[in-house]
Amino acid sequence: MNAPLHNNLHQKDTEPAEAPNKPDTMLEYARIKGAGNSRSGIVYSLISVAGLLGLWLAASELGWVRPLFLPSPLDVLQQLAHIADNGFAGASLAAHTGWSLFRVFGAFALAVVSAIPLGLLMGLNPVVRGLADPLIEFYRPLPPLAYLPLIIIWLGIDEVSKLTLIYLAMFAPLVLSARAGVRSVLPEQLHVAQSLGAGRRQQLLHIILPAALPEILTGMRIAIGFGWTTLVAAEMVAAQSGLGYMVLNASEFLNTDIVILGIVLIGAIALAFDYLMRLIERKLVPWKGR
Amino acid sequence: MTDLAIENISVLYADNVKGTASTPALDNINLRIKAGEFIVVLGASGCGKTTLLNVIAGFVRPSRGQVAKIVRQQDGRESRSILSGPGADRGVVFQKHALLPWLNVLDNVAFGLKLQGVGKSEREQIAHQCLVQVGLEGQERRAVYQLSGGMQQRVGIARALATDPELLLLDEPLGALDAFTRESLQELLLRLWYNRDKKQLLITHCVEEALFLASRLIIMAPNPGRISHQFELSFNREFLACGDARQIKSSSAFIEMRETVLKLIQSSQQTEGTL
Repeated sequence: MNAPLHNNLHQKDTEPAEAPNKPDTMLEYARIKGAGNSRSGIVYSLISVAGLLGLWLAASELGWVRPLFLPSPLDVLQQLAHIADNGFAGASLAAHTGWSLFRVFGAFALAVVSAIPLGLLMGLNPVVRGLADPLIEFYRPLPPLAYLPLIIIWLGIDEVSKLTLIYLAMFAPLVLSARAGVRSVLPEQLHVAQSLGAGRRQQLLHIILPAALPEILTGMRIAIGFGWTTLVAAEMVAAQSGLGYMVLNASEFLNTDIVILGIVLIGAIALAFDYLMRLIERKLVPWKGR
Repeated sequence: MTDLAIENISVLYADNVKGTASTPALDNINLRIKAGEFIVVLGASGCGKTTLLNVIAGFVRPSRGQVAKIVRQQDGRESRSILSGPGADRGVVFQKHALLPWLNVLDNVAFGLKLQGVGKSEREQIAHQCLVQVGLEGQERRAVYQLSGGMQQRVGIARALATDPELLLLDEPLGALDAFTRESLQELLLRLWYNRDKKQLLITHCVEEALFLASRLIIMAPNPGRISHQFELSFNREFLACGDARQIKSSSAFIEMRETVLKLIQSSQQTEGTL
């Protein structure tokens, strides 16, 4: 079917004006500079973290602030060791962490498999977009604590209502990101596929999905963040374990060190996941922003 | 021998405000692209030349008229078939943004063959040959976003070649490139046209480029978009014979033609101003 290539009159032309890394815009320049400097980026991050820890240590150890308001980081570390050995409020630290991970990532998995297809459909189909848009835009800005009572009344106080609350917090940003991903497809890219004979299915599979992937991955990072912010609200509902429950329980007894410990653990897990997502982004969509 | 006939094409864009007289983007265009022709459509921006290309490619449905493929038999009889929508018989090279960044150079070129269900090893072999043709041998595994503008455009050309289209449509493919890259790609386009012996249609607003490439030059005028002049040219043949682009472009015949064409375009814009 394909014919090309008889004799090659063609000679390799040289292109003197095309230096491969010509910094012709500020952004390009920043990228080239930044490429060699990712190590110094880490150095700056370490400086800011160490600075905060130092300030905290000084404020508590030098008695600037009373321990009830801000316990020393050393106390918090001690509590970590203590709770790791003895557990807290009837559950081990691993159980607290495990239940919270289960709730956040369980809800995340459910949200990913339902919200992304809906978002893609909304991007592709005006009818679906018209039907779903007002509903999602209505509930999206609502604080989860506002509809938490309804969820308890409708779904009870077991795991289902906890998962649902976190799920709802993640659902909207995932839908929006998938929808925005579809919109980010360039008309030229669709024209390319059409001119090469692609049908609708092939355009979806080979153009729209890969083009939407960067937005979807960003949406996943935002969504998991929303999930963690909703965790404490979810674990207000008759929970027996979980990092959010641990924080709530400790706050009732003014155990500020455990409150801070819970916060640091949640933050550290969220941060670790975000770094993982960034790695995945670099692997899957290295062209993003180019 | 197949020709492509553009027959009575008019395009009216629907977004006109009610009550205002709508000026057609294209008004009754007739053009027959004969086998082996290199047609260059030249015009100032707003004359509808990109719309014309989009109609031929099948991206824009004309308000009136049709695009037909005409097969000429040995005995002189003709059989016609109306084209509707885009198809792999018309390959398109776009101005920019048209490479797929999630595919490497080779997979971009092989993309059309993949859509047609050609097996992996066969399509990669064809894609490799096309890359050789455009001077990108050895760049197969590179990411397209790491290439310079000129190399990206070469990939775009190779991709359009891979499905071996009857008509290669080029939508200002060199518009965003610097002068040196532009010249080397002009020469590449001429050699491809000569080697493949198939139809090519290129859109440009650069008079010199148009004169250098065209075997037939179509000049368009705006309001409404229409063909105002046509010239049969042979500067491209002269280049293929002598291989020295500078000699062609600095010849007195070339310069004289350039001034003639510039005056024509200028006068068509002046009449627009008095309307």
